[in-house]
Amino acid sequence: MTMELVSANHATAYATILAARANRTARGFGGGVYPITPQTECIEKLCDVEIEKGQVVRVESEHSAMAVCMGFSIAGARSFTASSSNGLAYMTENVFAAAFYRLPIVMMAVNRTLGPPWNIWVDHGDTLMLRDSGWIQLYCEDNQEVFDSVVAAYRLAEDRRVLLPVMVCQDAFILSHTMMMTDIPEQALVDRFLPPLDLPHRLTNRPRALGQLDNPHETEVHRKHLQSAMNAVPAVYEEIQGSFQEVFGRKLADPVVPYRMEDAEVCLVSMGTTASTVRAAVDEARSRGVRIGSLRLRMFRPFPEAVLRRHLAGCRRVGVIDRDLCPGLGGIVWSEVRSTTPRGAIVQGYMMGVGGGDVRPAHVTGVVRDLLARERDGAPEIVEVGQ
Amino acid sequence: MTTRTTEHLPVLHDQVGLDGAASGPKPHAQCAHEPALGGVAQTDADRCEPLLRAGNTNCGGCGMSIGLMMLSRAIADRPVQMVIPACCAIVTAGNFPFSSYGAPTVASTFASSAAVATGLAHVARLNGEDTRVICWAGDGGTYDIGLATLSAAAERNEDILYICYDNEIYGNTGGQRSSATPFGAATSTTPLGKDVEKKDIVAIMAAHRIPYAASLSLAHPEDTLRKMRLALEMKGFRFLHILAPCPTGWKSEPAEGIELVRQAVRSGLFAVYEVFGGGRTVLNVEPAMSREALVKYLSAQGRFRKASVDVDHVMASIERRFRELRAHAALEG
Repeated sequence: MTMELVSANHATAYATILAARANRTARGFGGGVYPITPQTECIEKLCDVEIEKGQVVRVESEHSAMAVCMGFSIAGARSFTASSSNGLAYMTENVFAAAFYRLPIVMMAVNRTLGPPWNIWVDHGDTLMLRDSGWIQLYCEDNQEVFDSVVAAYRLAEDRRVLLPVMVCQDAFILSHTMMMTDIPEQALVDRFLPPLDLPHRLTNRPRALGQLDNPHETEVHRKHLQSAMNAVPAVYEEIQGSFQEVFGRKLADPVVPYRMEDAEVCLVSMGTTASTVRAAVDEARSRGVRIGSLRLRMFRPFPEAVLRRHLAGCRRVGVIDRDLCPGLGGIVWSEVRSTTPRGAIVQGYMMGVGGGDVRPAHVTGVVRDLLARERDGAPEIVEVGQ
Repeated sequence: MTTRTTEHLPVLHDQVGLDGAASGPKPHAQCAHEPALGGVAQTDADRCEPLLRAGNTNCGGCGMSIGLMMLSRAIADRPVQMVIPACCAIVTAGNFPFSSYGAPTVASTFASSAAVATGLAHVARLNGEDTRVICWAGDGGTYDIGLATLSAAAERNEDILYICYDNEIYGNTGGQRSSATPFGAATSTTPLGKDVEKKDIVAIMAAHRIPYAASLSLAHPEDTLRKMRLALEMKGFRFLHILAPCPTGWKSEPAEGIELVRQAVRSGLFAVYEVFGGGRTVLNVEPAMSREALVKYLSAQGRFRKASVDVDHVMASIERRFRELRAHAALEG
């Protein structure tokens, strides 16, 4: 293993190159790539490396990038692409198709504000828009976690009990363009962790149609399969964590990452890099005697409802911090988390850093103050953080 | 039902033909040959497993179906994979888990056939397999929504045979205009007749300097089979354009489809030619430039009756087009 100073974009590329080579004894690797800020560095790195039994196709749009990935995957190869923001919006039709075909494609998504007006800074609204697409979604907090999640994503996606695509999400610039020391393992270790892909429904030379017409009763069955595959994810993920620990000697982060939750009566739930700022605010509030903790929601699909419910069981006040806005509703994370909170708890939604504003500890401390002072919860609030 | 709902794996079933028989390729000695072209063109070289199986639900007189039968004969026993976007041809496949196609088929999203085929073709190459990847797409998926994807795959010179069966209409949605709909044709979205000309798709594709672009006439089966076989053998991006009569959309007699194509070729309305590498142009069928054939072609189809199509206007445009084509053929022939 070597420690290297890399951005999360490059960490993703390195993870994918290792995973790609790990499939050289099977049907190889390939994907379609298309540039979009702030993801571009990732695909540039992929295009700069020779991959044994691999091919990166430079396509004309995100829609085709995912279609090329589907072609690779249908033919049994390991497949990857990366995108962001409006690129994901343009790709959307094929994002759904990849899940409906049950293809274990891995995509890295850099979370970026949807435009217009154009804004390249972090906002989770782009990938949350795809929450119903049938993809597993993981949201990361640092570059090591991005690397680990991408490597693990192939294993999770390709597991026969799952066979679903995985989206690994990371915050624009805060991770994508920030260099951090990252442990990049040798090929032999990745080979050990990641078995060659054997897609059971790959297209061979036998006559068979993939994705043809379905009558309603057949679609019901296929959707039921999709749901049971999603339901299988938590147990499979736990197994993968065990094997990850064994091979790489470090922990693959949990679907929900708790912080100082042991005796917490107050909890802040957040996703992505906001969680590190939240932890600083939790420490500050703890020093004033507030029994507060935080939960970082890492796996958004499948939604870890039971885990959240368990963690939140003793909480009387829950603040959910969204970095997105669903106009007419509020925060998307809030709207889902509130179904897991104990009866009678005050559950308040806050939207912070919408459009990429810098969420600082003082902002979160303000949220803690507001949450503690509340007699009841109210409509979700947009907390303006400015630059 | 119970057994199906408890199954966990996705769409894994090897599909079977309507006769329920397992559908893998069979050795020649054990199979009856496909009655291609009504048996007229049947030889020992024919494909054992018909590409278009019996029992499909295509309309009577469907030109696309005839194209598929010819393609079946051209493919013979080559291993192929088909990518079919949204169009009549994917309705042809029928309902899961049965398939009317005697070849492995991906039903892609509307705009994506050339991109999905790109992935399939690369994996075949990476694994040293000689599978030929074929896109079989309608004019909507080719001229309109799929054009950017198609253009990009052609620019990359992917190893794909892309065949557009052009019925000049959005057929399975009930007959709306596409950019392949000809001048004067009434459709459900141009009830008074289309007031602009159709795109010249072969010229567009040839301009990509791809190894091979050609137009195919169903009324000239020998020329069509030769081109299909040539295109199957070649490497890189090959584009074939087939004028596919659609009695339902054209409001014409199902039995007259081939005759309509013949008149289209005789009049010069449908030029039968091939372009190698975007340069050398060969005119394969010399048209009679017959005004009479054009009148027959137009008057036999209900879609041209609403707007009184100006025959002189169409003839003038045909003559202009052929002056260009002949100039190309003379220059680079």
